Amino acid sequence: MAFIDYYKILGLKKDATKSEIKKAYRKMARKYHPDLNPNDKQAEIKFKQINEANEVLSNDDNRKKYDKYGEHWKDGEAYESAKQNQQAQQQYRRSSSFEGFDQFGDGAQYSDFFESMFGSGFTGRGKSNAKFRGQDYNAQLQLNLTDVFTPQQQVLTVNGKNIRLTIPAGVVNGQTIKIKGKGGKGLNGGPNGDLYIEFKINNNTSFKRDGNNLYTTQDISLYTAVLGGDLTIKTLDGKVKLSVKPFTQNNTTVKLKGKGFPKYKEDNKFGDLFITYNVVLPTKLSTEEKELFEKLAKLQDHDK
Amino acid sequence: MINKQYIALPDLCTHYELEMTFFDDLQDYGLIEIVSIEKTNCIHYDHISNLERIIRLNQELNLNFEGIDTVINLLNKIDALQEELNNTRNRLRRFE
Repeated sequence: MAFIDYYKILGLKKDATKSEIKKAYRKMARKYHPDLNPNDKQAEIKFKQINEANEVLSNDDNRKKYDKYGEHWKDGEAYESAKQNQQAQQQYRRSSSFEGFDQFGDGAQYSDFFESMFGSGFTGRGKSNAKFRGQDYNAQLQLNLTDVFTPQQQVLTVNGKNIRLTIPAGVVNGQTIKIKGKGGKGLNGGPNGDLYIEFKINNNTSFKRDGNNLYTTQDISLYTAVLGGDLTIKTLDGKVKLSVKPFTQNNTTVKLKGKGFPKYKEDNKFGDLFITYNVVLPTKLSTEEKELFEKLAKLQDHDK
Repeated sequence: MINKQYIALPDLCTHYELEMTFFDDLQDYGLIEIVSIEKTNCIHYDHISNLERIIRLNQELNLNFEGIDTVINLLNKIDALQEELNNTRNRLRRFE
């Protein structure tokens, strides 16, 4: 548990006036308020820090106590004395007890340092009354691309509760889905919050995905490119036979309709699979092969 | 509580310790939608989340209703841009 310099957090000098504290707090609150910085964990932490700094510095008693013991909080006598003062100030205490938490860890309203000085149940001023609907929860779920090729049954544990979830096939990387009513419990009969799950899809295949379409490159020999031929290629759910047309040029792309990725929430509808042929030239030739190529080259010259 | 879908404004006034005029003003500014059910003004449960955001912006940042409207419009714009950015990033992965 480290000492926290509340003046530094608000960018103030130790002799800052009340009006300077208020001004600095308001300015930083406008910058880091969670409603203005959705999904920004850093801003959320910063907002808690500036709130805590404001709780201490904008209150005369708290500021006096902080200025007196703050930097030397490890000093036993001063710390004990601060603690006795804290016990005397019962109005700042709440009956329920908080469990210890790391400095501004998930869900924690105040740092350990703050709680050691001012108690866990500090009833801060300026708190919002907007506490009827339950809190929204945000979670991130990492899945492989092959996982979201078919619908996925998942059991998530959110705040100790198991939530059974069917993730539709075709979920996109970065997509967020809302599970209504699975967030924090509402207060005084208010509605529960929602659970937001953001999907991070790791591509564990050789295919490239663009929306519902898949892209891949397939090597073919010079002979197959020139003469044509059949080949079998792998798709995400099996194998497909392909006929390569004679005189297929390098970088030719063919489309396999409906062999791409499933469309999100559209049953039995799929994107397309695009295959780009990469013609592989021989890197060495036998004497006989070389002679044949030279013969071919001469034949080509005669045709011109 | 009117039913499971709506909550009466007087109940919300109690919960949030707000005057009824606060909600009237919000409606005048087009920030919330109030519906009348059984002669009682109500708000749909799905709009409570937005309402609480408005209350926070008003109480914690001292924003007036014009300011809140502007902020919400800009946040919606950011949302749309974020989605566009995510889609573009996903498309670019094809060329990595």
